[in-house]
Amino acid sequence: MIEINELHKKFGKLNVLNNVNLKFNSGECIALIGPNGCGKTTLIKSILGMVIPTKGTVKVKGELVLKNYHYRKHIGYMPQIGRYPDNMTIGQIIEMIKNIRKSDTELDEELLEKYVLKNMFEKAMRTLSGGTTQKVSATLAFLFNPDILILDEPTAGLDPLASEILKEKIIAEKQKGKLILITSHLLSELDDLITHIVFMQDGTVKLHKTISDLKQSTGEEKISKAISKILKNNVNDPIN
Amino acid sequence: MTRLIKYIVLDILKNKIILVYTLILSALAWSVFSLEDNSTKGVLTLLNVILLTVPLVSVIFSTIYLYNSSEFIELLLSQPINRSKIWKSLFFGLVISLLLSFLIGVGLPLLIYAPGDVGLMMLMVGLFISTIFISIAFLSAMITRDKAKGIGIAIMLWLFFALLFDGIVLFLLFQLADYPIEKMMVGITALNPIDLARILILLHLDVSAMMGYTGAIFKDFFGNTLGISIVFTVLTLWVAIPFLISLVKFKYKDL
Amino acid sequence: MHRFKHTAVLFILLFQMQAKQLLVGKGKPFISIKHAVEQSVSGDSIIVFEGIYKEGNIVIDKSIKLFGKNYPLIDGEKKYEVFSIKAPYVSIDGFKVYRSGYATLNDIGGIKIYDTHHVTISNNVLDDNFFGIYVQFSKYCLIKNNKLTAYGEEEQKIGNGIHCWKSDSLQITGNYINGHRDGIYFEFVTNSVIWRNISLNNVRYGLHFMFSHNDSYISNVFKNNGAGVAVMFTHKVKMFHNIFEENWGDAAYGLLLKEISDSYIIGNKFRKNTSGIYMEGTNRIKVEKNEFKSNGWGMKIQASCMDNEITKNNFIGNTFDISTNGSLVLNTFNYNYWDKYEGYDLNKDNIGDVPFHPLSIFSIIVEKNPPAMLLFRSFMITLLDKSEKIMPSLTPENFIDNHPLMHSLKI
Repeated sequence: MIEINELHKKFGKLNVLNNVNLKFNSGECIALIGPNGCGKTTLIKSILGMVIPTKGTVKVKGELVLKNYHYRKHIGYMPQIGRYPDNMTIGQIIEMIKNIRKSDTELDEELLEKYVLKNMFEKAMRTLSGGTTQKVSATLAFLFNPDILILDEPTAGLDPLASEILKEKIIAEKQKGKLILITSHLLSELDDLITHIVFMQDGTVKLHKTISDLKQSTGEEKISKAISKILKNNVNDPIN
Repeated sequence: MTRLIKYIVLDILKNKIILVYTLILSALAWSVFSLEDNSTKGVLTLLNVILLTVPLVSVIFSTIYLYNSSEFIELLLSQPINRSKIWKSLFFGLVISLLLSFLIGVGLPLLIYAPGDVGLMMLMVGLFISTIFISIAFLSAMITRDKAKGIGIAIMLWLFFALLFDGIVLFLLFQLADYPIEKMMVGITALNPIDLARILILLHLDVSAMMGYTGAIFKDFFGNTLGISIVFTVLTLWVAIPFLISLVKFKYKDL
Repeated sequence: MHRFKHTAVLFILLFQMQAKQLLVGKGKPFISIKHAVEQSVSGDSIIVFEGIYKEGNIVIDKSIKLFGKNYPLIDGEKKYEVFSIKAPYVSIDGFKVYRSGYATLNDIGGIKIYDTHHVTISNNVLDDNFFGIYVQFSKYCLIKNNKLTAYGEEEQKIGNGIHCWKSDSLQITGNYINGHRDGIYFEFVTNSVIWRNISLNNVRYGLHFMFSHNDSYISNVFKNNGAGVAVMFTHKVKMFHNIFEENWGDAAYGLLLKEISDSYIIGNKFRKNTSGIYMEGTNRIKVEKNEFKSNGWGMKIQASCMDNEITKNNFIGNTFDISTNGSLVLNTFNYNYWDKYEGYDLNKDNIGDVPFHPLSIFSIIVEKNPPAMLLFRSFMITLLDKSEKIMPSLTPENFIDNHPLMHSLKI
């Protein structure tokens, strides 16, 4: 569903993405991990068309991303930090996005109900706590039943209960055959969700494997341990 | 796009700064007219408001709003919507809200106390100046990513147009006093929207003085229909050009 | 007493019976005015009835009175001077004098008075003449309630409305003059009065006034004339209660004063002129209780002016109240109302406690560099003006009204 070919991105002299080649398919749940500044966010933004690549292409569902915006109707995005216009209410935000999407598919209001946001529809965004704002972001990402979900640090800022609700939702969507791309640095949280793992460092992909492959090749049960083991062994070799 | 503009306008109109701006404008306008016994003096005070306060507030408020909206812009960008539509919606949202403030704050008292040519011209000019400085704000927000720098640029631009430019013109006038520069000066004023606006009003307010030697040259140029339409065309360009540059930049910007 | 009244009436009747009345018009004893004038003797009256008369130049050399009934039209056909008056005690009343001749060498008038005295020209309509009413070397003439209209476009092709030259003791009253070169022209005319005239839209001056001492002009209106009003090379002129309005242009002045001394300008209204009063070489003049409103420059006082007193005037809504080209101040300002005054009055005596400097630095800048007008009312100029008001450095320090009024005077 997502195809990334020879993607390069430079910010000035800084090489943020360096020849990234990746392919994600439906039904996969991918964890995109790596240290700060490794290029995770830039990669996501390239897929969303927010960052314009220096070289290379990104295709979503066969459509080129560059100078195109229609493809984004297939994507639900939950940003790391959601900030909304101060004086808009939750209701207005949802209403507005509905308007932009002009979606005729049935809305998925599961999170809306589970997070009990409906009672707060009249509340202005500036009065909300960080956690509630994240709940709004999560709701928006899932609301339109998109085929692809891109979640940037989804559980950061959510309380454990809300976090658990989100995880269940992710699992449910995965089982519907959707492609889910999650960036995170808390690996243990993701253990029971993900099918694939992509590890990035200094703008290059160091590792792209299924979880089972990873566990087999390292003999470790915990993903975090498996990764650190690989990293220690092959610091300089590309693992793909 | 209209829906998007509607939500942006609703958001801005609930902004406290906009409310305070409207209140201050109208407090100023009403008090100026009710305190002065002749409305010309009131108009003069309002002229200063239009040439100083209005551009300053327009440019700074818009710049800050744009920087504060960066995450909101990201959210919108993750939706299936054209980039230029987002930028245009923000522009029209800001324009509509700030013009509304101006119309309520200044327009109402102006039309009541100084109806007729001068009042109408001031209203038009005020609307243009607001829009032009919003447009300039869009440009300065595209020049740098850094909020503090962006606001700095906006203030510098305001300072330049409101004050420094006239200083330079005065300097030039004295340096070139021996040459026939009147016509050139008419051209130079086109480089500053505030000056252009001021002269338009001057021609209505100080008709008698403007009939003097140099005044006559300006009057000849600005006074007829062709001149007025040229001036308004130039003002429109002042709205369009900074915004269009920012729009092109925004289309290819990494967010 | 009663008897005296009766004898008086009898006497007048007798006098009238002696003086003939000659009637001119269709079906009347005379068809031609000229013929009637020939047949008349001094003291007679000629009554001209409605109609069109084309008789070339009509010379009146007897002391007779001509009355028009319903404005008989006397056509000069663009060739002739219509009436030439060469005798004293002549009166011309109620005619329509139309299309006088035009000449470049001698000044042809609709009605011209030559070297005589006690002539009355009243209630006539003069239309499309070269000069309207022309008075030369004459005394004690009355020009009253005439309406003069011309359609001049260029100075060279049109004469003056009421032109007076080397005369004395004239009264010019209640005339309406429109579209001539100068509305009223006075040169070497003394001891005369110009009262309640309206002079509009003339190509050059509404009133052109030179070498004419001891005259007064009172309650006239001068509006929208090419160059306003000029009063020059004269002493002892009284200018009272006139209105100078909408005289626009670089060389147009509400009132131009040049080489004037010992005169009075009192109770006049100067409105919407490029310059209200322009003074040059003017001495010992009193400018009092005038209103200067909405002018570009209220007064332009050149450095050559001395000992003028400017008191109790209202300066309202002028772009500049005063400007000057020099730094020497030899005139005094006192008890004027300046709407630009921002001082206070603690003892409530209606006189501001802080002196007012009527000269703004910007008016000096504009005087030196006229294109700087472009910057007027810009923020920078406002700052400059304000700082100059607080700490005068470029404007002459004694250019000052020490007793500025807090409220405008009723004028």
